[in-house]
Amino acid sequence: MKQEFIITVYSENHIGLLTRTTIVFTRRKINIESLTVSESAIPGVFKFTIVIKETKEQTIKVVSQIEKQVDVLKAFYHTNDEMIYQEIALYKVPIAALYDSDKVEKIVRKAGARILEITREYVVIEKTGHKEETQGLFEELNEFKVMQFIRSGRVAITRDPIERLSEFLKERDAFLDSMD
Amino acid sequence: MTTKKVTGSQALILSLIEEGVDTIFGYPGGAIMPIYDALYDFDKEVKHILTRHEQGAVHAAEGYARVTGRAGVCFATSGPGATNLMTGIADAMIDSTPLVCITGQVASPLLGTDAFQESDVVGMSIPVTKWNYQVTSAEEIPQVIAQAFYIAQSGRPGPVLIDITKDAQFGELDFKYEKCKKIRSYVPETPVDPFKIKEAAELINAAKRPLVLFGQGVIIGNAEEEFKTFIEKTGIPAAWTLLGLSALPSDHILNVGMLGMHGNYGPNFLTNEADVIIAVGMRFDDRVTGKVSEYAKKAKVIHLEIDPAEIDKIIKADVAVLGNSKKSLKMLTDNVNKNSHNDWVARFRDCDYTENEKIIHKELFPEKPGLTMGEVIRITADKTNHEAILVSDVGQHQMIASRYFKFRKSKSNVTSGGLGTMGFALPASVGAQFGAPDRTVVAVIGDGGFQMTIQELGTIAQNKLPVKIIILNNNFLGMVRQWQQMFFEKRYSFTELHNPDFIMIGKGFGIEGHKVVARENLDDGIQKMLDHKGPYLLEVLIEKEDNVFPMIPTGASVSDILLEH
Repeated sequence: MKQEFIITVYSENHIGLLTRTTIVFTRRKINIESLTVSESAIPGVFKFTIVIKETKEQTIKVVSQIEKQVDVLKAFYHTNDEMIYQEIALYKVPIAALYDSDKVEKIVRKAGARILEITREYVVIEKTGHKEETQGLFEELNEFKVMQFIRSGRVAITRDPIERLSEFLKERDAFLDSMD
Repeated sequence: MTTKKVTGSQALILSLIEEGVDTIFGYPGGAIMPIYDALYDFDKEVKHILTRHEQGAVHAAEGYARVTGRAGVCFATSGPGATNLMTGIADAMIDSTPLVCITGQVASPLLGTDAFQESDVVGMSIPVTKWNYQVTSAEEIPQVIAQAFYIAQSGRPGPVLIDITKDAQFGELDFKYEKCKKIRSYVPETPVDPFKIKEAAELINAAKRPLVLFGQGVIIGNAEEEFKTFIEKTGIPAAWTLLGLSALPSDHILNVGMLGMHGNYGPNFLTNEADVIIAVGMRFDDRVTGKVSEYAKKAKVIHLEIDPAEIDKIIKADVAVLGNSKKSLKMLTDNVNKNSHNDWVARFRDCDYTENEKIIHKELFPEKPGLTMGEVIRITADKTNHEAILVSDVGQHQMIASRYFKFRKSKSNVTSGGLGTMGFALPASVGAQFGAPDRTVVAVIGDGGFQMTIQELGTIAQNKLPVKIIILNNNFLGMVRQWQQMFFEKRYSFTELHNPDFIMIGKGFGIEGHKVVARENLDDGIQKMLDHKGPYLLEVLIEKEDNVFPMIPTGASVSDILLEH
């Protein structure tokens, strides 16, 4: 059965590694639902957060193929309930909507969203949350004809109390030193 | 450590020498000219072999790697030079062959501008390399080359491509070289887990009908002795994959033959009778497993493997033993009971009897007028005392050669397994001969594959390489024709070949040769080829429509192996 998995990849910061990682999915005809890449808490180590809808079996295989890449430090997979995750969405709404009634204000308050910028032509609203929430807000705001809408890829952290990566890097260094 | 000022190009050559490289296969061109210029001064330290096509260079490097166990090195220029390497790199990737491929690239300010002979070599080689890297400054060269060799040759080996821009080749640096010993993000092999060894040993000790399947992992791990000791102690019959061939002498009492689509009857049929399967350094390719859902259903599977991504990829392992086969086999041998399985081994011999009656005898000692591929292979193997290196191309002749050549020494079988690259053998034989100059190298090639890289006759002639080339000519793309006969109602769509006079072509290159069309001339013909001092081309006219059997049709179970059509 296919379900959402969050794949987390820790890698060295090398040019081409994004292609090397995503091509593992392409080759197996797996669609990437979202992808976020940024530097992790450890300088020089980059973190990919990739969301796919797949079977567990196929997800495990993909993760081991990613981990096989020379510049990849470690790859994990988690189900949604094993992680805390968020996405951020931005909405551009015509300014008139704000003046004509208090509806937009109420929607923003209820959604826990915030207003980033107001100009003579439009207002930009920001909302973080799960996809259903940001999508829900879009549908409510679209009554006023949303001019632009953008949602980010997912960012996620585990429910573990410790940052596993630093522990992992220490173990890895000790292990590689013990090899010679 | 002392340093000296050199150019990037000189640093590259010095780095290769530091890595023990003695032979480079390559083809010059605009974007790699500074490297070739530097090479000119090092002709005593390192040989460069000019092939006639970049595909020839990369297959030669593969042949070299397969007989030496060390990385093969090839050079090509940017653009078309680099793209011509891709087939060989893909071949090396799927067959775990260590390569270091160096490509020239346009100067870094021109990257991405569609400059003359620019192509995105790093981008296009990503899926077919174990690692690749673009060097844009001379200072990077020693360290990157050290990493390239470390990655190519350690763990599960594979091809590495290093793309060097022209300005980096011209640039200067202070040269010092340090071999790479570790890379933080890369674990070449995991230590063998003693608990897994215990679990595996328990299964093996309790097994009634155990079967060992061995692949190239035994050869790559230099674990031939450990492997032999293991099967001899446990008395378990052992069957080989195409690339595992020659890891165990063919006449070993526990060697029960070849797995897969055109393998032997016994090991295929009895896979589905086995109660424990011990897979050593093999990856359950679809040509080996046939229909996966009906594969080895009665067996618990123990998988000894260096690459974690291979575990459970096709066949679920009940016990996965990660690590280097040399270490895991030794530990396993220490933990298993001495045993024998004479009744079980006898069942393989019963199957051999049937296969011999129905197929082998007719193939090796035919009574019909037309020559068979099998008799050519049998005589050649006998006359070389089964000690030659066999380089085979892809197709019917490859299956026949693998089935019947018989080996005494490891690293003696060079063929394109996973990718099935026609045109592989002739250039690979060049590399094999350079890698093993004292051994007889026999290249067995079909008339189709021979014409794909025929230009490498020039490389063989120029270097006076004593390669013995046998063309098994049936004037057909034989394997495709066999499938058309069996599965496409004999609709021979574009498989018949109108061939040139191969012997005359050989003579044009300055290579001696002759053609055999009748059985009474075959023995002498092969003898003449083997007695000849230099390169030799022997063409043998084979029965046009012979088929390779046994055969497991695509999608059928291994136990449904066909002995005849």
